[in-house]
Amino acid sequence: MTRFILRRCLQALVVLLVMSFVIYSLIGLMPGDPLDLMIQSNPGATPAVIARLRSIYGLDQPIYLRYAHWLWSALQGDLGFSRTHSRPVLEVLLPALGTTCKLMLISFVIAVVLSLILGVWAALKPGGWVDSLVSLAAFAGISVPVFWLALMMILIFAVRLHWLPASGIANVGDGSLGDYVRHLIMPVTTLALATTGGFTRFVRASMIETLRMDHIRTARAKGNAEGRVVLVHALRNALIPVVTIMALSFGSLFSGALLTETMFAQPGMGKMIYDAILSNDFNLALSGLLFATLVTLLSNLVADIAYGWLDPRISL
Amino acid sequence: MSRPDAAIGVWTLRWRRFRGHRAGMASLVILAALVLFVLAAFPLQRILGIDPDTTDLFARFDPPSPGHLLGMDEAGRDVLLRLMIGGQISLLVGLLATAIGGVIGIVIGLFAGYFGGRVDGALMRFTDGMIALPLLPLLIVLGAVDLTKLGFSQDFAQSGAAGFWRIVIIIAIVDWTGTARLVRAATLQIRERDYVRAARAAGASAGYMMRAHILPNIATPIIVSFTLTVGRVILFESVLSFLGFGVVPPTPSWGNMLNNAQELVTTAPMLAVWPGLLIFVTVIAVNFLGDGLQHAFDPRSER
Repeated sequence: MTRFILRRCLQALVVLLVMSFVIYSLIGLMPGDPLDLMIQSNPGATPAVIARLRSIYGLDQPIYLRYAHWLWSALQGDLGFSRTHSRPVLEVLLPALGTTCKLMLISFVIAVVLSLILGVWAALKPGGWVDSLVSLAAFAGISVPVFWLALMMILIFAVRLHWLPASGIANVGDGSLGDYVRHLIMPVTTLALATTGGFTRFVRASMIETLRMDHIRTARAKGNAEGRVVLVHALRNALIPVVTIMALSFGSLFSGALLTETMFAQPGMGKMIYDAILSNDFNLALSGLLFATLVTLLSNLVADIAYGWLDPRISL
Repeated sequence: MSRPDAAIGVWTLRWRRFRGHRAGMASLVILAALVLFVLAAFPLQRILGIDPDTTDLFARFDPPSPGHLLGMDEAGRDVLLRLMIGGQISLLVGLLATAIGGVIGIVIGLFAGYFGGRVDGALMRFTDGMIALPLLPLLIVLGAVDLTKLGFSQDFAQSGAAGFWRIVIIIAIVDWTGTARLVRAATLQIRERDYVRAARAAGASAGYMMRAHILPNIATPIIVSFTLTVGRVILFESVLSFLGFGVVPPTPSWGNMLNNAQELVTTAPMLAVWPGLLIFVTVIAVNFLGDGLQHAFDPRSER
């Protein structure tokens, strides 16, 4: 087990290292470079000055040298300076990470609870009307463009009905909890709805398969109440693959969070990365992307370990 | 003329099973209607003599009229016509990116599954690494890449064709991992069958084996997976175009038609409703079609 975890950690580290180089190179391919902005704001700069600036900032060096340099400072905890925020990248990154984690965690919990209820209910009678309705809703959940769902929520609940605020995390000057919650309702609902669809389908499929197994028949034959058979004997076994898939879905949850944050103007990681790319804030975009990758890799690791822990048939 | 005792072919059987899948049949009809809808752009353009890109600032936000059934958008262009042409683009991106990503996935999966050992290990590590990535941020970075820095000319980089092919290619190089894993798993199962070993013993080359013995036998799960991929790609396209990293205006796509809709949601809400609704209907139909195909291809499912 320990060897397995160590090996997976090592693999994750390699993936992260490769990704950091790929993203570093890609960011270099984005329009403009850090000097362009200085030159724009300083039209008197002569070519000689520009060339000197280039060498001072190391922009005349080949990409792998620049990358090695960046990696060396990053390992020492220096991720550079954010151009748009005029602050060290870490200082911008950490609060944004908090906002995103909150949004993702709440939505994730809601999605898990909803999908367990709906998925189990649908699996009790495959092909029945509950199953049909749940399947339709689940398909709708995986098929709806998240940003459009957000747009429609804004249209209905903010523009038409004036029930909820369309953007931000709190009204200026109002620090109450109620205000804070009101700002969170639409983003959380959007992300939770988009996530529940996929989860429900997994729970349903896994439950149907488990309910067909012999040990369920045995449990019924022993005279267990149906509720106990479903919730204890079946659900526990059905959850094994579901837990893995839920943990593996972190990447798409993050993609959803990026859109949700952008649509509802939540100051989280997703919106931060998006804004950083739009405004050529190279350091911030790079670190944000790597953080997102790191957290995704970690959640995949947890999924693997959870799988071995939950399923005694798997020996790691 | 069919005799009751005649053996029925596998495709007849599959078609029968598919017909029994109501959601699958309904989505087939809906998709056919959608294709007709987007192709109707050509006659509509001819008959009404309108152009999708010509702006008319005196006709901004005009309400629906007999000449313009869904009214005009923020630049005075016909909304219905742009929805049709945008649909052509969105569907085309969906099909092309699925096809290209599918080829990548099939090749990687086939090689990993067929050759096994080191090749398998290396390719699957690579695939697992790709799967672990948060796709949307990566797609945004890829979409933001400046083509002139890759050696393309300024003219090409700003052309509509470059915008179109760029999004097809970036989605394809990101979204092939599911197919690769599926193909590998299926290949591993087929590889050790007796007829495959017999062919290998008879001296068949690896290429022949893959073409003649393996691919035809793993075709059905691939078809199902492709169907579901088309839906996902259409969603990716809409998101990227919406965020401004995909199909570039004036070329319309369902995604970039929602570009300005966010600011206009108070003044012209219907502009935000139509494109999203079409994406939604298309993707849900594609997903149900995949579900129906899976049902039809599964020999264990009842007729």
